[in-house]
Amino acid sequence: MWHGAVTSAPIWHEVCFDIPMASDTLSVLIVDENAIRASIIEAGLSEAGDVNVTVVHGLHGLVAEIERVSPDVIVVDLEHASRDLLEAYFSISRSVQRPIAMFVDKSDPGWIEAAIDAGVSSYVVDGLRQDRVKPIIDTAISRFDAFRRMQRELEATKDQLAARTIVERAKGILMRSRDLSEDEAYNLLRKSAMNQNRKIADVAESLISAADLLAPGDE
Amino acid sequence: MTTALNIAFMPLVDASLLIAAHELGFADQEGLALNLIRETSWANIRDRMVVGHFQAAHMLAPLPIAGRLGMSSLPLDTIVPMALGLGGNAVTISTRLADVVAPDAGHLSGLDAGPAGRVLKNSLAKFEKDMGRKMVCGVVHPHSSHNYELRYWLNASGIDPDHDVEIAIVPPPLMPDAMAAGSVDLFCVGEPWNTVSVARGHGHVFTTKASIWRSSPEKVLAVSNRLHDQQPETVAALVRSLVQAANWCADPDHHVQLAELLARPHYLDMEPKYVMAALSGLFHDIAGQLVAVPDFFLPAQRLATFPWQSHALWFYSQMVRWGQTNWDAQMVERVKQTYRPDIYRDALRGFGVDLPAADMKVEGALADELPVGSTQGRLFLGPDGFFDGLLFDPSAFAKDGGGA
Repeated sequence: MWHGAVTSAPIWHEVCFDIPMASDTLSVLIVDENAIRASIIEAGLSEAGDVNVTVVHGLHGLVAEIERVSPDVIVVDLEHASRDLLEAYFSISRSVQRPIAMFVDKSDPGWIEAAIDAGVSSYVVDGLRQDRVKPIIDTAISRFDAFRRMQRELEATKDQLAARTIVERAKGILMRSRDLSEDEAYNLLRKSAMNQNRKIADVAESLISAADLLAPGDE
Repeated sequence: MTTALNIAFMPLVDASLLIAAHELGFADQEGLALNLIRETSWANIRDRMVVGHFQAAHMLAPLPIAGRLGMSSLPLDTIVPMALGLGGNAVTISTRLADVVAPDAGHLSGLDAGPAGRVLKNSLAKFEKDMGRKMVCGVVHPHSSHNYELRYWLNASGIDPDHDVEIAIVPPPLMPDAMAAGSVDLFCVGEPWNTVSVARGHGHVFTTKASIWRSSPEKVLAVSNRLHDQQPETVAALVRSLVQAANWCADPDHHVQLAELLARPHYLDMEPKYVMAALSGLFHDIAGQLVAVPDFFLPAQRLATFPWQSHALWFYSQMVRWGQTNWDAQMVERVKQTYRPDIYRDALRGFGVDLPAADMKVEGALADELPVGSTQGRLFLGPDGFFDGLLFDPSAFAKDGGGA
């Protein structure tokens, strides 16, 4: 039979919420290497309804965990390397255990698109009532979206910081080689950027490369 | 005017055609701008094609067929206008398994599938006794040529792939880690992941896809049906640019440059030396001898990019053989509709390419290189044999499920 091969160290934990474990509590498994994102989704799901959440980060022990938890819903990060092995596992377990379908409603392509755009995929036990599962997947999608936005902002901030460092270095080169003040050096960079229709950081970068080429060992 | 296309690929040597088409300007010459996106799973490629993120992809040949037959969890509606080469996989065994087979492998030289399979069969009982468990074989996907060729080889060697071993699914880039962790004892994967495992000291190449089935199908270009409906000329241009890229990749003078391209961070992200083994076809056998594997990976030779419907039917026959689906006359038609030699011909007619007259051929029938019926009469195919000497007759299979 198919089984999941394992590659990295097991890291998983289980969270039970302060709600009485009723038979209709949904069991949700989150497969995500990003621990921060997983905890954000976890928190979101606790607000969304009566759920019992388990998180798995790596590939190791994933299948054993699925068998132990027997989740009603599995939420997977699209970047997670486990997807092919999960689907292979489901295609076998479909006939022997509880059938698992991908997404809740294949008839709603917009919804599938929203999930994939957000970077999340989900697998749901067949026969679960749509109104019970939808809030869970919707929450996962919106949390993934929020996380992606946050990451994008972080990247932008990082880029800005990097650009600032480059501009500072270029200013230093100009100040030394042309004997300019800091303001004059910056204005020169800005003027060249405007003339060439380029970003200041790009002009600064070219200047640094040129300086490196012309005077190896010296800035 | 330039048409932009988002195309997904997995980090494997047989993504060469796409990478060369983009990097060397073959796509540009056809008015295409390829945006190549590396993916982490075949499931992602499928899903993102379904929702329209990608218009085309580097894909395991059986996946578009499985999608067309309703075997994937999202309905994948793609066509295959061309293949992305022949061969390219190897079977690697762990150093631990190599220790078990070694006494028996003293007389084993080379990487031929027949002797390797016999040695493995003879070592199976000892391995199970030593390890207290069955041997675990890794393949990249249930619907992969890797799964089918591994099963074909094991079965023809007297090993029942469903009962004598366990088959595990591992994504290609994780295969070396899985072997290092001891969770797979043998795997069948595309290059460079065999070479990476060997270089890390965790495995030995044991046999190759080219030895199990010479000149056998592997990856294809999957194109969304929507793109072909709306812009057939774009698909034709893509086919032409990839056929030119394939010819460039096949020239040994370009292998060093190709290895450097593939090795870049955006593509395979590793040292070029790991890519060279697949391009040169040179591998060390278990005894440490350097072996030149004939036709290890063919990007263009022997019409390696032609989408033979007999390849598609062979994959379907293996899906039936291993219980993934049933034989059905309507499904045969759907399988044939997935592979589109007509698009390939239309794209290349008038461009000096010698095109075969047939859409299907009996697989495994050519012991030597032989001329076949073609538009210019200069086309040679073969050798294309299965290691056990059997044939696959696609017409017989299409008629009643026999012929395998």
